[in-house]
Amino acid sequence: MSVTRLEKDRAALTMTVVAEFETSVQRAWRLWADPRQLERWWGPPTYPATFVEHDLTPGGSMRYYMTGPEGEKHGGWWRVLAVEPPHRIEVEDGFADGEGNPNPGMPTTTFTVTLEELAGPRTRITIVSRFPSAEAMDQLTDMGMDEGITAAVGQIDDILGEDAA
Amino acid sequence: MLAHRPAGPVTYNHMVVGVRERHGTDRLFHALADATRRDIVERTIQAEYSVSALGRLYPMSFAAVQKHVRVLADADLVTKRRQGREQLVSGNVDALRRASQVLDAYEELWRRRMGRFGEILAEDSEGAGE
Repeated sequence: MSVTRLEKDRAALTMTVVAEFETSVQRAWRLWADPRQLERWWGPPTYPATFVEHDLTPGGSMRYYMTGPEGEKHGGWWRVLAVEPPHRIEVEDGFADGEGNPNPGMPTTTFTVTLEELAGPRTRITIVSRFPSAEAMDQLTDMGMDEGITAAVGQIDDILGEDAA
Repeated sequence: MLAHRPAGPVTYNHMVVGVRERHGTDRLFHALADATRRDIVERTIQAEYSVSALGRLYPMSFAAVQKHVRVLADADLVTKRRQGREQLVSGNVDALRRASQVLDAYEELWRRRMGRFGEILAEDSEGAGE
């Protein structure tokens, strides 16, 4: 399992995910910086992501949609707040409609990704998600489940199968 | 993880169950999104309160408090029982636990993303190199 630490802090409204991979920082960075690689892991297998805009520069914007099993599209966007290749990305992350237009009714989160090279080569990735309010945390938690988890529950065996192959 | 969701091999059934449960979850979080309602839940988990006793606690009309209690009851966060002329309200611990499980689901979203991230890296290193 790649995730080494996961913390929810309801008071500080943050969630921290720490994962480690047997790879160089440069290689791990490409999984964020190359849209074709990013879309291979951003959405679950049943809701694959397609990035239609991917500008990983300060002030740049990203737009993507995830396609569900019935062909329905769930859109999302990122606004890039800071980038320091290959070590740090800070983005505001929001929901959009199927055409990629931001949904102003939904709260946004900010997440910071930090990549550190350890001996090995080994890379530690720390993702800190910040929620604007407890209500938003609840709402986004719910949306997170909506977008990914519900569909992914039945896919556990498939994913394990891929690992073994 | 996701203990409230049945496990099984048929994805379609999961989707149906998921959609139905999501409506329940929407209600749950809508109910918890208000400070007065959260306070009512906290109090009534510790002790049973009558609706009129709750009504005296908050600077709002009795009707407004009644409405909050109704929203909480619809989300299953509290249960009401009648005793004489009083409506007694008690908090539902199980529903609150469920809210915490939903937060676990958001964790799971990132856990899976990082799992797939690792799979791609593993596939690369198994091949002829980059």
